Amino acid sequence: MANESVATKTYFWYEFRKKLSAFAKKIKFDQWKGWIYLSPAIVLILIFTVWPIFNTVRMSLLEGYTTMKEVNGAVFNFGIGNFKRVIDYPGFLTCLKNTVLLTVLTVPISTFLALLIAVCLNSIKLFSRALQTIFFLPYVTNSIAIGMVFAAMFKMIIGGQARPDSVGIVNNVLEALGFDYINWMNAGSEYWANIVVMTVYIVWNALPFKILILLGGLQSVNKQYYDAAKVDGTSRARVFGRITVPLLSPMIAYVVITGFIGGFKEYSSIVGVFGEGMGPVGNAYSLDTMVGFIYRAIGKQEGTASAAALILFAIIFVVTMINLYVSNKKTHY
Amino acid sequence: MKVELQNLTKIFPSRNKKSGEEVIAVNNFTFTIPDGQLVGLLGPSGCGKSTTLYMISGLQQPSGGKIFFGEDDVTDLPAESRGVGLVFQNYALYPHMTVKQNILFPLQNLKGPDKMTKEAMLERAYEAAKLVQIDELMDRKPSELSGGQQQRVAIARALVKMPRVLLLDEPLSNLDARLRLQTREEIRRIQRGTKITTVFVTHDQEEAMSISDMIVVMKLGVVQQVGKPQEVYDNPVNLFVAKFLGTPPINVFEGEVKGGKLYIGQSAVLDTPGVDDRAVTVGIRPEGFILDENGPLTCNISGIEVMGRDVSIVSTNEHSLNPVIRSIINSDANINAAATEVSYSLKPHKVFIFDKETEERLYFEV
Ligand SMILES: Nc1ncnc2c1ncn2[C@@H]1O[C@H](COP(=O)(O)OP(=O)(O)OP(=O)(O)O)[C@@H](O)[C@H]1O
Ligand SMILES: [Mg+2]
Repeated sequence: MANESVATKTYFWYEFRKKLSAFAKKIKFDQWKGWIYLSPAIVLILIFTVWPIFNTVRMSLLEGYTTMKEVNGAVFNFGIGNFKRVIDYPGFLTCLKNTVLLTVLTVPISTFLALLIAVCLNSIKLFSRALQTIFFLPYVTNSIAIGMVFAAMFKMIIGGQARPDSVGIVNNVLEALGFDYINWMNAGSEYWANIVVMTVYIVWNALPFKILILLGGLQSVNKQYYDAAKVDGTSRARVFGRITVPLLSPMIAYVVITGFIGGFKEYSSIVGVFGEGMGPVGNAYSLDTMVGFIYRAIGKQEGTASAAALILFAIIFVVTMINLYVSNKKTHY
Repeated sequence: MKVELQNLTKIFPSRNKKSGEEVIAVNNFTFTIPDGQLVGLLGPSGCGKSTTLYMISGLQQPSGGKIFFGEDDVTDLPAESRGVGLVFQNYALYPHMTVKQNILFPLQNLKGPDKMTKEAMLERAYEAAKLVQIDELMDRKPSELSGGQQQRVAIARALVKMPRVLLLDEPLSNLDARLRLQTREEIRRIQRGTKITTVFVTHDQEEAMSISDMIVVMKLGVVQQVGKPQEVYDNPVNLFVAKFLGTPPINVFEGEVKGGKLYIGQSAVLDTPGVDDRAVTVGIRPEGFILDENGPLTCNISGIEVMGRDVSIVSTNEHSLNPVIRSIINSDANINAAATEVSYSLKPHKVFIFDKETEERLYFEV
């Protein structure tokens, strides 16, 4: 009996070694070297990316999970109750609506504006360096700080006091043009006005990165295509539509796809402009977003937060797939 | 329609302000391209051929001088309105469009009274495609074509709007030798068929000689000589032109004119009445040598190459400015293969003498 067991064990080790050396042969030594060089990065990714993702899935599938209770030894049932809770929560639909609305509004506008600005920047010779720097500044500025500046431009408040005689620079411009003041973001302001403020802010904040990418694309387009188009007697509008845009399409696709992903993760911009209340005074959370929802659930309802994060992930995944599908059909590489 | 260039000049300012060296790419170019002819613009790299072409097309603004299409002064007309067809050195086909869309593109740009219906445009596009034999490839993208096919698409795109002038910038430079020969014949055929005034840029003298009605030889932005290919070959005005034209190239010697006779070394090789005594550079075309036992010019044979109809004798001479002398002799001639020396007499109209300093041609009576 004991003999047999030793025999099986030896056999097992023999098999194992054979398999190991076959494996080592399959992955050549060069590749082992590669793995060794990569290992620090892989370890970090495992700890900070793979494990959190795995943990999110785990938490989302444990009914009513909170870290606090788990530490105290509570046991949770397996189930999809967290997802149900997210969807049934009345604020969730507001979050979804705000997120989608802001994304759908800002991505096309900012992409189009960035394209226009990039083309203009590319065509001027004088000061082009200086202008490129200026257009890139928002990218390196803190979005909360910019948000406060934007708030000051739209708000009828100075020094913490609402003052009817100080109406914000935007309303000053409106007045100069002969329009009435609009309550952009103070107490009692309307939803559409809040959305306009956020759209302007997000578009402005999104421009630099897009301009940078598109400008890089433009500068790598062979000048000879433009010469050929000139000789062919092409109008400027047609050059833009039939040559510039198609040749830039890979960059445009990239900018749109990352724009959608960023849009669905909108959060800090709203906090920057409206504060933690995520809405005008007296109407808190009217501008809440998916990520806002998730943040607020952390620390109280991790199970719900995880479920919401996975729902957001699913939405982004589907939208990106659609984006890729469309761009593969329309893009020239 | 004729194309007239008057004192055309292009100066590129220097990038480096300190050195202040500006580049005169084209210097005082005056020439009239006759209506319906194919002119070959010929010269070494960097001599201003492309620049001349770009000025005719309107892509570059001349620094001085004027350009006329027929009787119209087009010097200040933008490229969009000149109605020229240009084939770029590397074709510049729009990579995201099919062959058909590429060829249709110039037609779709037409505005006002020239505007065409969809059917008419398609018909024209197919006509142009047939002319260069690419009508089978209309739905391909440029990246799916061979170099020669791309080149023909570029020609079709330039031809489709029936340009007033067709400009070709080294269109054959990317092709292999066989395809080169074939496409240059094609270009010639198309040009003869359409009778569009054409300028063809190349640095390959053989190419220019074989298809052009006229050639213009340039050097460092300055026109050296203009004329029918054979005329320029037979009658170069200076050493540069003589050296630039002809394969195998002309043989160059140092020599001297004394008392109406041309000396290479100690032997008087030719009578050159009408040239004053001076040091000269002598150019002798390979076909200018006659085998002659008593000939005045004696060289050491270093090899004999039989090329079918002709025989090429490779030899050396201490007064030759080239490492070897190449002479082309009819293969009927009796050549002693074992000989180490060969003597030639010369055909006077194949011998050109040039001033040693200025390198300008010195004419003598034949
Ligand atoms: N944009 C420019 N700025 C400064 N110098 C230029 C510019 N374009 C051309 N040159 C100079 O002008 C001269 C003529 O150039 P061009 O392109 O006309 O030569 P080319 O005869 O076409 O030569 P190749 O056979 O090599 O194409 C060259 O010395 C070149 O360096
Ligand atoms: Mg050139």
